[in-house]
Amino acid sequence: MRPGLGGCCCRRPVRANGCVANGEVRNGYVRSSAAAAAAAAGQIHHVTQNGGLYKRPFNEAFEETPMLVAVLTYVGYGVLTLFGYLRDFLRHWRIEKCHHATERKEQQDFVSLYQDFENFYTRNLYMRIRDNWNRPICSVPGARVDIMERQSHDYNWSFKYTGNIIKGVINMGSYNYLGFARNTGSCQEAAAKVLEEYGVGVCSTRQEIGNLDKHEELEKLVASFLGVEAAMAYGMGFATNSMNIPALVGKGCLILSDELNHASLVLGARLSGATIRIFKHNNMQSLEKLLKDAIVYGQPRTRRPWKKILILVEGIYSMEGSIVRLPEVIALKKKYKAYLYLDEAHSIGALGPTGRGVVDYFGLDPEDVDVMMGTFTKSFGASGGYIGGKKELIDYLRTHSHSAVYATSLSPPVVEQIVTSMKCIMGQDGTTLGKECIQQLAENTRYFRRRLKEMGFIIYGNEDSPVVPLMLYMPAKIGAFGREMLKRNIGVVVVGFPATPIIESRARFCLSAAHTKEILDTALKEIDEVGDLLQLKYSRHRLVPLLDRPFDETTYEETED
Amino acid sequence: MATAAEQWVLVEMVQALYEAPAYHLILEGILILWIIRLLFSKTYKLQERSDLTVKEKEELIEEWQPEPLVPPISKDHPALNYNVVSGPPSHNIVVNGKKCVNFASFNFLGLLDNPRVKAAALASLKKYGVGTCGPRGFYGTFDVHLDLEDRLAKFMKTEEAIIYSYGFATIASAIPAYSKRGDIVFVDRAACFAIQKGLQASRSDIKLFQHNDMADLERLLKEQEMEDQKNPRKARVTRRFIVVEGLYMNTGTICPLPELVKLKYKYKARIFLEESLSFGVLGEHGRGVTEHFGISIDDIDLISANMENSLASIGGFCCGRSFVIDHQRLSGQGYCFSASLPPLLAAAAIEALNIMEENPGIFLVLKEKCARIHKALQGISGLKVVGESLSPAFHLQLTDSTGSRDKDVKLLQEIVNHCMDRSIALTQARYLEKEEKCLPPPRRRTGESRAHDQGGGPGCAALGRVLGPGGRLPRGTRTGLWSLPCDLGEACVYLQGGHRAAWVWTAPNHEEDAGYF
Repeated sequence: MRPGLGGCCCRRPVRANGCVANGEVRNGYVRSSAAAAAAAAGQIHHVTQNGGLYKRPFNEAFEETPMLVAVLTYVGYGVLTLFGYLRDFLRHWRIEKCHHATERKEQQDFVSLYQDFENFYTRNLYMRIRDNWNRPICSVPGARVDIMERQSHDYNWSFKYTGNIIKGVINMGSYNYLGFARNTGSCQEAAAKVLEEYGVGVCSTRQEIGNLDKHEELEKLVASFLGVEAAMAYGMGFATNSMNIPALVGKGCLILSDELNHASLVLGARLSGATIRIFKHNNMQSLEKLLKDAIVYGQPRTRRPWKKILILVEGIYSMEGSIVRLPEVIALKKKYKAYLYLDEAHSIGALGPTGRGVVDYFGLDPEDVDVMMGTFTKSFGASGGYIGGKKELIDYLRTHSHSAVYATSLSPPVVEQIVTSMKCIMGQDGTTLGKECIQQLAENTRYFRRRLKEMGFIIYGNEDSPVVPLMLYMPAKIGAFGREMLKRNIGVVVVGFPATPIIESRARFCLSAAHTKEILDTALKEIDEVGDLLQLKYSRHRLVPLLDRPFDETTYEETED
Repeated sequence: MATAAEQWVLVEMVQALYEAPAYHLILEGILILWIIRLLFSKTYKLQERSDLTVKEKEELIEEWQPEPLVPPISKDHPALNYNVVSGPPSHNIVVNGKKCVNFASFNFLGLLDNPRVKAAALASLKKYGVGTCGPRGFYGTFDVHLDLEDRLAKFMKTEEAIIYSYGFATIASAIPAYSKRGDIVFVDRAACFAIQKGLQASRSDIKLFQHNDMADLERLLKEQEMEDQKNPRKARVTRRFIVVEGLYMNTGTICPLPELVKLKYKYKARIFLEESLSFGVLGEHGRGVTEHFGISIDDIDLISANMENSLASIGGFCCGRSFVIDHQRLSGQGYCFSASLPPLLAAAAIEALNIMEENPGIFLVLKEKCARIHKALQGISGLKVVGESLSPAFHLQLTDSTGSRDKDVKLLQEIVNHCMDRSIALTQARYLEKEEKCLPPPRRRTGESRAHDQGGGPGCAALGRVLGPGGRLPRGTRTGLWSLPCDLGEACVYLQGGHRAAWVWTAPNHEEDAGYF
């Protein structure tokens, strides 16, 4: 708790409340008296008070890792490491067969290409459970997916495809939030038409001669979708961040970046040459302190004031399932005259009553976000990314974006897929399909999250976030969970170090509007079973099943005081 | 005896203490206390501590005015208003409503509108839809991706290939996957922007050598060797890389690969080769610069290329030995953290590879055409062709620079517009002047801008005509092209022989095209 960090204080929640993981302040959870009472009654129910900034309850939970589990997890890694060293020793003396590829004979005396630890981890930990990743599929990544069966006879060092196809696996892993990954329907037909007319490639950059009428059309549509003056589209979501941030800030500028920001934002920030400071995940006190200090003390060494300050946040954090505290971020950025770069990779389409992302979700004005960035990969079932904002911003990017000058433009059929799906979400296609999808996703999210919590799993993140991390903790359970679920015909994503902190390995479900209730119920039943089998129900809080709360103001008033 | 005497002294002192007057004792007591205070108090401050009060801080915050997020752009910025292409960017192209022959894109083999490629992509679209909705690790690996990697590896005769979903991200991710802080990268001055960004992301030590100057590279390698001998412990963990391009995007020149390979073994540095322009162009089977020079592909540690030029799809790939390539599956940022390539684009690339394998003749046609165009472009007064005759991208430079980059750009734009009026689509090559500074090949930073011209033979001949003796090039001070490149404006024309254009060239059945000869 730091005193004097702007108005409200951040109380590190007591362990019994279970709002915090690993003893780090996850957030400014200010427990209101109602929440305290609720906690006393044995519920986990987090309420934030933000002086009326929020129009809906903002319930985000990160239950703390139980001590025993944490200890066992460390022990697990310890055992794995010991065995790793043992086996490396055996490999060194050729007692165990070496499977990994080696350096060419001619280049044996070159400086070794890899650092030792990197390889140690890959060889001894990752390799054991490698079959849980890169599972090749051979169908549309829709609600159900066909997975190519593969086998390994050398402990995952190599895979052989058996030729069998595991049909109809329930897909809980793809970012197909609104269900636009389809091979039938209007999007596919439109894309096919454009494909036949234009071909797939462009063979030039936007500034040279790769600026098709299709791109212009897309950009106008994106701008109107986001409610901003102008927008620009790029060929790759990752590159949208990494190639445009350097165009916006440079030496003498300050970037304030959330600690859990995606690799592309981190890379973009690094390439820009600006000074980078990290604030605690979604922690507004931490952000405000950094902002205040930055302006008061200026640049280190030279003591000149910063040229500009850019705050980098994401809409939904893909590993935590948390939603950015946008109203507070906007209030801070206005107070301190900073600029805000919002990466809506996971939230665009997936959040908000009209699918306009996190700005829509909180009912804010898109004008207040200086740079609206997002991708077309997820909700729109295509690929690429965009940046939206004021006309001056986009004009500047058109002339200075690395991507516009040096990288090939978006493929025309992909553009068409985005255009069609976006029009569908906007209702411009004359159907209510888009709206139904958005509602379906919101319902699925609430339902799935609530059921998992009731089962006693530790689930991270915001109750409205379609990204649902289920905590596994122990390294052995990463592999076991992935395999057991596949055995039960459910494809899940499991993640461990280095994508997460070392003890916080997790499984991640991504909900989709394409999931029907039957599919979700089947998945939940199997997760329940596997959860019992692997003893994953770590949560020590009895969750009182909440009523499905509608999106209205009344609940807000109830929880506020 | 001595001890007795000392004792006596002590007794005397105690006695003196009794006898001393009270005021004296008090004074001494105060003095002692003063000394103790001086000893234990903090050293006095030279200046008053300048902690800001809350109010002062607030004032500072109130005062601070940031720069605008982006500086304003003038309405007539040369890069602000893009050409709008309606319809497919193939051999014939409609630019800003005007029908032109396309000499401005990298569709070297004319595969962009190939019906077979389109059919393959369409079949894939009908099976998989458009997007992959995930990175390779999380259900974003499709069977098509595996096929494409397999095919690319076989085509290049390497152990393994890895595909990226964006051409630019390929080499930009591959370099930092291997080269870390403290490692040393020797890189050609003329290296393209993607390499520059990759190097910047790697945070390694970068040593620039003069463009294609092997003596200069060897000088740097030798310097490094001396350095290593001074500090052998550090040298044992310092990786060394040489990063070069096969055909340079910025100059159209070819790298002297045989010499590079010799240097590689002599100084134990690994070679990374960027082949975006040479893949599908050089060599008997289009395998690029290794095949062109007859060098074993195993001698190159990593080859990267994009699939956006010859293959006329989107994305890029790296290939080499499994020992090297496999590492990127966990360490290539653009591979791990990005959604995978849409399957229809992968399917298109596979079909394009099929066509390349089935018709090795197309590379010969392209080569002949390039040579012919190179020759044809020689006679234009005021413009000079830069680059090899076998490069499908020619750079046209102004022989007489106007002296300022802006003016050169304007002049070149006039040329481009002039050609456009005559139904030839050219474009200036665009650069980010400020950004390129980080690795500046001096000639490029000055007045260079390339009109890059595509489509094959006919356009160049036409260009020659347009800019011929009657060209509108104003006279400037004449400077030697090679001796003083810094002062020169440069326009580069990328000539690109399309598959279809090849037919036009040999048998001009296209009315418009035929008109050029």
